[in-house]
Amino acid sequence: MSRLSLQDKLAILSDAAKYDASCASSGTAKRSSRKGDGLGSTEGSGICHAYAPDGRCISLLKILLTNFCIYDCAYCVNRVSSNVKRARFTIDEVVTLTLEFYRRNYIEGLFLSSGIVRSPDDTMAEMVEIARKLRVDEGFRGYIHLKTIPDADPALIEQAGLYADRLSINVELPTDMSVKAFAPEKNPVTIRKAMADVRLRKEAAAERSHTGRRGARFAPAGQSTQMIVGADGATDATILGQSTRLYSSYGLKRVYYSAFSPIPDATAKLPLIRPPLEREHRLYQADWLLRFYGFALDEITAATVDGNLDLHVDPKLAWALANRGAFPVDVNRAPRDMLLRVPGFGTKSVARILTTRRHRTLRYEDLVRMGAAMAKARAFVTLGGWSPGALTDSADLRARFAPPPEQLSLF
Amino acid sequence: MPTIALPILGTAAAWRDAARGLLAAGVPPQDIVWQHGAVAADLFADAPATSGPGTATVPRSFVHLAATVCWHSDPERFGRLYALLWRLQGSDGLTQDHGDPDLAKLRAMEKAVRRDKHKMTAFLRFREIAPVSGRRRFAAWFEPDHHILEPVAPFFMRRFGDMDWVIATPALGATFTSGSISFGPGRTKPPLPEDATEELWETYFRNIFNPARLKVKAMTAEMPRKYWKNMPEAAAIPDMIASAGARATEMQSAAPTRAPARAAIIGRRLGMTDDTPPVDGLDALRRDAEGCTRCPLHRDATQVVVGEGPSDAPLMVVGEQPGDQEDLAGRPFVGPAGQLFDRFADEAGLDRSRAFVTNAVKHFKFVPRGKRRIHQKPDAGEVQACRWWLDAERQLVRPGLILAMGATAAASVTGKGQGIMKRRGTFEAAEDGTPVLLTLHPSYLLRVPDAGARAAAERDFRADLAAAARWLADHAA
Repeated sequence: MSRLSLQDKLAILSDAAKYDASCASSGTAKRSSRKGDGLGSTEGSGICHAYAPDGRCISLLKILLTNFCIYDCAYCVNRVSSNVKRARFTIDEVVTLTLEFYRRNYIEGLFLSSGIVRSPDDTMAEMVEIARKLRVDEGFRGYIHLKTIPDADPALIEQAGLYADRLSINVELPTDMSVKAFAPEKNPVTIRKAMADVRLRKEAAAERSHTGRRGARFAPAGQSTQMIVGADGATDATILGQSTRLYSSYGLKRVYYSAFSPIPDATAKLPLIRPPLEREHRLYQADWLLRFYGFALDEITAATVDGNLDLHVDPKLAWALANRGAFPVDVNRAPRDMLLRVPGFGTKSVARILTTRRHRTLRYEDLVRMGAAMAKARAFVTLGGWSPGALTDSADLRARFAPPPEQLSLF
Repeated sequence: MPTIALPILGTAAAWRDAARGLLAAGVPPQDIVWQHGAVAADLFADAPATSGPGTATVPRSFVHLAATVCWHSDPERFGRLYALLWRLQGSDGLTQDHGDPDLAKLRAMEKAVRRDKHKMTAFLRFREIAPVSGRRRFAAWFEPDHHILEPVAPFFMRRFGDMDWVIATPALGATFTSGSISFGPGRTKPPLPEDATEELWETYFRNIFNPARLKVKAMTAEMPRKYWKNMPEAAAIPDMIASAGARATEMQSAAPTRAPARAAIIGRRLGMTDDTPPVDGLDALRRDAEGCTRCPLHRDATQVVVGEGPSDAPLMVVGEQPGDQEDLAGRPFVGPAGQLFDRFADEAGLDRSRAFVTNAVKHFKFVPRGKRRIHQKPDAGEVQACRWWLDAERQLVRPGLILAMGATAAASVTGKGQGIMKRRGTFEAAEDGTPVLLTLHPSYLLRVPDAGARAAAERDFRADLAAAARWLADHAA
């Protein structure tokens, strides 16, 4: 095999990493290099330094250490049975790329993942060494996200958490059965155990010792995971049930949903039907409703058809259309939890409504200025200067929001 | 009519000082002409004498709003801010009003400045230039919409603390050398030397893009075209969009290829590993239990939690089921109830390290509630399904005495779970004749709300553990 240039390797190993949806670089400890003794800073919210034409933000240098892999996961471009070109970075190449990109303000930091070579421990040890070099030898204060390898030695995970801001392990698919079918070498229990271990370590690090001192911070930006949507037959209800369970069990910051995407050199095991990207979007919306809007899982799934979210209208609107008896809501009187259920009102609009109505009665124009999406909300609210009349209960209300039906092609 | 000329540098602070003075002097908004960047400092002579700070009380939120809006490019901004400040006197709730048109306009301006600042931190690109000191040196050209270089400079100082840098904009320039910042005049776009790293960056940008999901609108919403001309990677965008469709179709229509030869070899090798023989019977039991699907509880729990302790333990302690902490750690009796048990056992003279501790049900049953898991009592079917494992543990350990804690453990070991409050403290027999001492579950002690009832329960629990210790002492052969 001819020797690959750094550019060739970068092309191969970033191409191999793009199916990981996570790009967050927010929510970690505050760090700065103002004193001139290092490079980089993190301050609460992350920054998206560029956007690719797929609409995804580019915040981190997202690469694999190597795309050689001994596993044969059907959905993955890097599986052992695929004929993609293989490459492998050296530790120093990753460190240099990260620092040089960072100095030019291209990125917030590094997202490092890897295929599994030889043994999980060897691979994980190299990833930890890269993080250590960046943090300790180079004084790097930017963001580091390490994808941990489930079977790796817990001592390595411990070290990884000391250098990295975020750790993540992908559950890959929504059910254990699908994991067994499509990722035969992966063990769902091992993946869950690894997430449990990260939560326990994080909690232990947050506890004060008897002297009142805290231990070294462990993965301050927490952990996240990713599920591939549309590769198996799981419904949205199953997927959201799984996320609810993951959020409650392991203190996850995020569950990422990644619509299964056609990959180069795909296996015959998976149908290369592209699930609508809209599905991914609806799942994120439902995920937000569950976490920030006080919706219960069964309320959202009750408004689905065969357990799948309506692709034409968002899940909150779907719920409102199915529960019209609860509307219209009086914006000047309704409690916060009911305002949060109005389609077109976000958490910010609701906060603005609540602070403003302490001082005066709200009118329709006020809501427009507050940034509420009144095209959606108008059918579900009543307030000074506006009453929806029969609109709330009109039979064609859904049709006002859903895109017009397409006529089937005759040819 | 007073004319207030505000300086290009330190605009926000200067506006605040001027506004404070004008307000104290009672100058109404319509009487003031605001200017920005007008040069001579003596124009300030026109300003009415300020009657010192602290004369006006202004809500903190307005102070923050003004400190941002002052950097907006709209010439009206100073007047608008002052007009609102004027209105604020004597109307308490106004800053909390999110529907007020004047305030809404200022908030929109604040948002525009914030966004511009954020986009500058995101889309500014440095190129390396020749150093002037021992530190590496970089330069960038950026065209912001508003006067944001000064307020945004601290971000770059915090981020790029160990290098020298120059940021040029049409209105102002910033130079950071050996840790100190200075501002100079604006200029036209400077010629910057080529930087080889840009080629690597473009390679990355092209390859991280997934052609199977083209969403150009989502991209331009966040990265408007006006920024593209100063971003090295943006030159590749038109080509990436144009070729995306064909690339995606090609991926979908390509026939599956044959796996490379090494796949089969690696597959065989993987199949051979992980065959270390179990150390003992308990180890084998643990491995078998990991694959247990006898009841649906395995689907939601993290892992199976089997018993722990010496295989010749004279005492077996049976609880209900693993809780949140046990489920995470994979070990029994490590959560709050387990710790409570340890404390009481220690007091009663029971040596936990000589006991085999386990649960009637080996998986955690719960319902998710936000960031927590709420414990659920296992039902009779689940207890029955899991008895298989408890019986296997009993066969291996063959304890002299079983301490059954709580109704679930009682049901599993004696076949009857009712009336635990009456039966506690008494010895019964398991089906095979092993003596079983019944007691309360320690988590009951944690949950009793009434202090009197809790004291009684603790007394009972203590007495039962002492009874177990006595039995063990009497039967120690």
